[in-house]
Amino acid sequence: MGRLTWRPGTVLESVTETPRVKTLTIAAPEWPGHRPGQHVDVRLTAEDGYQAVRSYSLAAPASNGTVMVTVERLDDGEVSPYLVDEARPGDQVELRGPVGGYFVWEPALGGPLLLVGGGSGIVPLAAMLRVHAAAASDVPTRLLFSARSPDEAIFTAELDRLAADDLQLQVIATYTREAPADWTGYRRRVDREMLEEVAWRGADRPLAFVCGPTGFVETVAADLEQMGYAGDRIRTERFGPTGGTP
Amino acid sequence: MSDDLTIDGNGAAGLLQEVFPFEMTTVRATCDGCGASGALGALPVYEHAPGTVIRCPHCDAVQVRVVRDAGRYWIELRGVRCLEIRA
Repeated sequence: MGRLTWRPGTVLESVTETPRVKTLTIAAPEWPGHRPGQHVDVRLTAEDGYQAVRSYSLAAPASNGTVMVTVERLDDGEVSPYLVDEARPGDQVELRGPVGGYFVWEPALGGPLLLVGGGSGIVPLAAMLRVHAAAASDVPTRLLFSARSPDEAIFTAELDRLAADDLQLQVIATYTREAPADWTGYRRRVDREMLEEVAWRGADRPLAFVCGPTGFVETVAADLEQMGYAGDRIRTERFGPTGGTP
Repeated sequence: MSDDLTIDGNGAAGLLQEVFPFEMTTVRATCDGCGASGALGALPVYEHAPGTVIRCPHCDAVQVRVVRDAGRYWIELRGVRCLEIRA
């Protein structure tokens, strides 16, 4: 712990997840590794010396000296429009971290584990699930994610693959605006009734991680507390504008 | 995930660690206004003000304000009664 230093990073790859979201793989040879749910701060420097820093969730465990961040473009942002629209392989950025220790899950923390994500709030939860699968963790885990439509949902193919391979993992989706014609799952915002059907009972002493827009997170966290979840076992991470329904 | 609008203490972890020699998101702050206590990572953060402002989620009082300018930091902790740091 202690002072953080900026380390060089080189963009290796940019993958389109949705029209507004991309996953960047960044070579970071000096990166010290991180725990699932932690952040990386990204700093950009303009030609005139102006600098902007933003913090992003790491989407996966570090591997082979690379880190992955999944970034949603906020139209009035200073950093995300560059990362989503402009960043090309070979571009240089600066990274520091990992930062954050509060919104972190590791197999040793146990469960049962409930992950609830709204929109791009799925990103740190996916990092937890990737570690859960890689470690063959026996912690029973349920992920509930909410997206406006399948086109706007992130990582769905990988989540399906993880759920198929990881016997301890159940993935439940809800689509709030548009669902496929043959969709038999939920078609509404996450609410108390849905949580009662999907989430562990409070008596099971679950550990919950909730990530998404501010209103989404506050509603879900309040519902879980009413369902008997201990306040100190509900970890939250909220971001971005309060408008919009994931 | 975070950008220019409201974030929370998780998104301000790097800034806090510029100033404090600890991982700050797990540090618990007790609000001097209402006595509520919570991990800094869970508290709402506003970045539109000059600098960064961390508020109490219960009574909205300003807990921590950090302003950075040309090699200096100003840190105001007037709204915090106590910081509990795990060594």
